[in-house]
Amino acid sequence: MNIEIDINKKKKPTPTVQLKICQFHFYYGAFHALKNINMDIYKNHVTAFIGPSGCGKSTLLRTLNRMYSLYPEQRAEGQLLLEGKNILEASVDVNELRSRVGMVFQKPTPFPMSIYDNIAFGVRLHERLSRGLMDERVEWALQRAALWDEVKDKLNQSGMSLSGGQQQRLCIARGIAVKPDILLLDEPTSALDPISTLRIEELISDLKKDFTIVIVTHNMQQAARISDFTAYMYLGEVVEFGETDSIFVQPKKKETEDYITGRFG
Amino acid sequence: MNQSEHTSKQFDIELEDLRSRVLQMGGLVESQIMTAMEALNIGSEDSVNRVLENEKQVNQCEKDIDDACIHLVARRQPAASDLRLIMGISKVVTDLERIGDEADKIARRARAIYARGVLNIPQTIDIPSTSQKAVLMLRRVLDAMARLDAPEATKIIADDKLIDIEFSAIMRQLITYMMEDPRTITTSLDIVWIAKAIERVGDHSKNIAEQVIYIAMGTDIRHRSDALTS
Repeated sequence: MNIEIDINKKKKPTPTVQLKICQFHFYYGAFHALKNINMDIYKNHVTAFIGPSGCGKSTLLRTLNRMYSLYPEQRAEGQLLLEGKNILEASVDVNELRSRVGMVFQKPTPFPMSIYDNIAFGVRLHERLSRGLMDERVEWALQRAALWDEVKDKLNQSGMSLSGGQQQRLCIARGIAVKPDILLLDEPTSALDPISTLRIEELISDLKKDFTIVIVTHNMQQAARISDFTAYMYLGEVVEFGETDSIFVQPKKKETEDYITGRFG
Repeated sequence: MNQSEHTSKQFDIELEDLRSRVLQMGGLVESQIMTAMEALNIGSEDSVNRVLENEKQVNQCEKDIDDACIHLVARRQPAASDLRLIMGISKVVTDLERIGDEADKIARRARAIYARGVLNIPQTIDIPSTSQKAVLMLRRVLDAMARLDAPEATKIIADDKLIDIEFSAIMRQLITYMMEDPRTITTSLDIVWIAKAIERVGDHSKNIAEQVIYIAMGTDIRHRSDALTS
C-alpha cells in the first residue's frame, strides 16, 4: 500500500551543518569499534546518540575532539569535517581543537581548586585576560551554566565542596568558558538525582542557542525531551539517524523501534 | 502486526489488556446497533430497553479505557508503535462511544414510531439493508483493529462511500413519500433520523479505520481521502 506522506506539513528550514562525519571508522587495536559512520551534526541543535551498552556511542563522541589520541593503540579512519576542515589530520593542534570542541563527562570532574579557578584554568590556557575580564568571563560562564546565583558568594571555596548536580554544572561552565563551538556531553546526568537532571536538561535547551551540543545518553526519554536529532547506534553502526520527533513516533527501522519501545536492549 | 515482546513483560500484559478491552467494547457497541435495529424491525420494547440499559455500560467502557491509556502513558512513557497504539485507542473509544449513542438514538426513534402505531413505510426504503452494511463495516474495522491490518482498513474507508450513497437514496425516497402523503411526515422524519444515525455509524467506522492505519503505519490520513486513491 502506498500512502503519500502529508505534503501540507510546513517544512522546517534545513539547519547548518557544523560537523560532518564521513565514512568514519574507528579501531581499538584490532577491534573495529565504529563502522562507516556518516552523519551531520547541526549547528545550534542538540544531537543525541542512543543505543545499548557497547554500541559505540561514547566512542563516537570521544572521537569528535580526538580524546582517543591519548592512547596509541586507538586509531581513526575517514573524515570528521569541522566547518570543512578534517580534524583527524596530523597537522591539527589537538589543544586548539579541544577548545573548540569541549567535553563534559559522566561523573562530575571538578579540579581540586576553587570554583573561580575551575573556570579560569581552561581560559588561561587559551587566552590572556586581565583580572577584570577574567572575572567577567567566570561570571558569564557560571551564569550560562545556571550556577552563578548558588556560588557567587563562595567563588574561593573548593569546587569539590559543591553537590553532585552543582559540580556537573561547574564542569559545564568550565566547558563553555573557553567559548567552544561544540559541547560534547557524555551521559552528563547519569550520576545525578532527578531534579539536578532536569536542571541540566533545562540548561542544555538554553545552551543550544550559543553552542552545538552532542549528548550520549542511556535515558531514551532524556533524548526525546532535549534533542533535536537522534542517532540510534548498534554494534558500531548508526542504524537510524533523523529528527527526534520522527524517531520517537515513527521510526523507519524495526531495530530502532524495538530499542526505543523497550523490546530490545 | 508482528511485534516481539517487551523486556518488561508487565508492559506487554497491560497493552494486551488494553487492546482486548477495546475489542470487547467494539463487540458491545456492535450488538447495541443490532439490538436497536431489531427494535425498529419488530417493534420490540424489550430490545429498546436493552439498548438504553447497555448504553451506560458503553459510556463506562469509554471512561475506563481512556483512564487506562492515561495511566499507561504516565507509567511507561511509551514510544513509537506503542505510543501510537495507546493514542489511537484513546481516539477509537470516542468513536465507539458515539456509535453507542447512535444505537441509543435508533432505539428511541423506534419506540416513538411504534408508540404511534405500526411501522408503515414502502419496502423500497431499505433501512435494514443499509444498517447491515454499516454493522458489517463496524465488524470489519474491529477485525482490522485486532490485526492492525492497514490494507483492510483502507478498503473499509472506501466502502463508507457506499453507505453515504444509500443514505442519500433513502432521503430522496422519503421526501417523495412525504410529499405524496403528508400524514406520513412524523414517521418519515423518525426514519430520517434513524437513517442518519446509520450513516454516522459508517462515518465513525471510517474514523476508526483511519486510526488503525495510523497505529499500524504512523501515517495520518485524516481529511486526506484523496491519498487513498494513490
